[in-house]
Amino acid sequence: MSLTSADVLHIARLARISLTDAEVDRFAAQLSGILDHFAALAAVPTAGIEPTAHPLPLSNVMRADEVASSLPLGDVLLNAPEREDGYFRVRAVLE
Amino acid sequence: MSDLWRLTAHEAHEKLRAKEFTAVELTESVLARVDAVEPRVHAYITLTPELALEQAREADVRLASGTATPLTGIPVGVKDLIVTKGVRTTAASRILENFVPPYDSHVYEQVRRAGGVMIGKTNMDEFAMGSSTEHSAFGPSRNPWNLDLVPGGSSGGSAAAIAAGECLVSLGSDTGGSIRQPAALCGCVGLDPTYGRVSRYGIIAFGSSLDQVGPIGRDVEDVATMLDCIAGHDPRDSTTAPDPAPDYRHYLGRDVRGMKVGVPREYFVAGMEPGVKQAVETALKTLEELGCEIDTDFSLPSTEHALAVYYIIAPSEASANLARYDGVKYGFSDRTAGSMWENMEHTRAHGFGNEVKRRIMLGTYALSAGYYDAYYLKAQKVRTVINDEFAAAFQKYDVIVTPTAPTVAFPIGSKVDDPYAMYLNDVYTLPASVAGLPAINVPCGFSEGLPVGLQVVGNFFDEGRIIQVAHAYEQAAGFANRLPRL
Repeated sequence: MSLTSADVLHIARLARISLTDAEVDRFAAQLSGILDHFAALAAVPTAGIEPTAHPLPLSNVMRADEVASSLPLGDVLLNAPEREDGYFRVRAVLE
Repeated sequence: MSDLWRLTAHEAHEKLRAKEFTAVELTESVLARVDAVEPRVHAYITLTPELALEQAREADVRLASGTATPLTGIPVGVKDLIVTKGVRTTAASRILENFVPPYDSHVYEQVRRAGGVMIGKTNMDEFAMGSSTEHSAFGPSRNPWNLDLVPGGSSGGSAAAIAAGECLVSLGSDTGGSIRQPAALCGCVGLDPTYGRVSRYGIIAFGSSLDQVGPIGRDVEDVATMLDCIAGHDPRDSTTAPDPAPDYRHYLGRDVRGMKVGVPREYFVAGMEPGVKQAVETALKTLEELGCEIDTDFSLPSTEHALAVYYIIAPSEASANLARYDGVKYGFSDRTAGSMWENMEHTRAHGFGNEVKRRIMLGTYALSAGYYDAYYLKAQKVRTVINDEFAAAFQKYDVIVTPTAPTVAFPIGSKVDDPYAMYLNDVYTLPASVAGLPAINVPCGFSEGLPVGLQVVGNFFDEGRIIQVAHAYEQAAGFANRLPRL
């Protein structure tokens, strides 16, 4: 499996990480090398085998639908890069 | 009094109860040791000496009142992805360099409830992605046995702190070997519990179907004691097992005669150092002398696929978990560029280190349109194959015993630029992680002066039995609480 620079830029865009040209080259080589080592998986017979998402037989764990306390607003906003009137301040999403 | 930091937690507990010294004196001894060795070892990202002394004073009150637990007044190191209210928690990442959590994790709450004393937050690979602690944004930790070598990772700081005497017991986390491998490389005991045995409420997420918190200590008894403190159901983590945890200390000092031990041949292949092989073979003889029935004619044929399965599933889950670091609600935020998307891309480009970027990209690729079936879904199916082989093995055996890592500690800088070579360090710890099984590392000797570790893997929720085997072995072999000259 050989990833091109265009592949790497596409993945980086999906992951929302900007890369320098040098990083694009390095990641293309490194990720291609890692994917080559994964090729052997294709040969493992898995017809009729269910995928495992999670090791335990637990699903749809529900709690009682009861009102409980949550963190005070001030604590929640404590680490905010910018805040205003009790909200997280962000850049405009639509311009 | 000056050498109190050398004690195991259970020895210290006995002496605290006998009033041979106070919790404040014990904490002062550890803090003095930290002053002496931390510049060379770098086991911690953040030290909390004033908080520790305050907690130690509270412990002394509790000791005097007769309500002490085995952890009251015991100095503890806490991996820096375990959130602690009011104490900076970074996950060894620039993106969380100034993050001060507004709440406590379940495990830290439990340690505090028991009266444990936090010395500080231990160093690690960024977001627990690594096997050497070199991927910390704050610089690598060093192996106390030889400062030119890595302590392993990702919980390298938690293991190095134990070996260097900078705490008596610590908390780490294990996704693919991150407790067991550094414990092996630093000559400590480390236990990765069954997936779901310990609450992950307040643990900074990496691979959500794999992550577990667990203890590292100087001997099996200390690790059992810490597991008693943190294990059990927590309604705030819906993946915790609902059944109550047993008393793990109850499994100490019990006979292992007749215990059926499987030794899979796939764990003794090329890439293993001769000194590691020799130490593990000697350990198997010791187990045999203790009355265990060792079966080496045993195969886990899909073992070799665990590495690919893990390095597809864990990065895939990481790519989703780390999407939250977008510079909006907390963490580093680059707001210099024009648009929101550019801000986000620059925030993540500057905030994440190379290995984290690599894994996010690997996971993003494995989950992306056109590749999902070939990578992620395929890996999940092979995961089932691996699980089924373990399930069949535990029909026959009580425990499975293997080496923990193929080599002893390696030089800092020797693998950091070769990601796949670094991933190979985890080759013996990954299969149990993929299956969600509990496993413990117990020191089993030395190769050229460096510690070698033995891994004991148990069936689901059978932590008691791996503690029993590891403790019986440890008592017979005598490698517990060996500390390097530093």
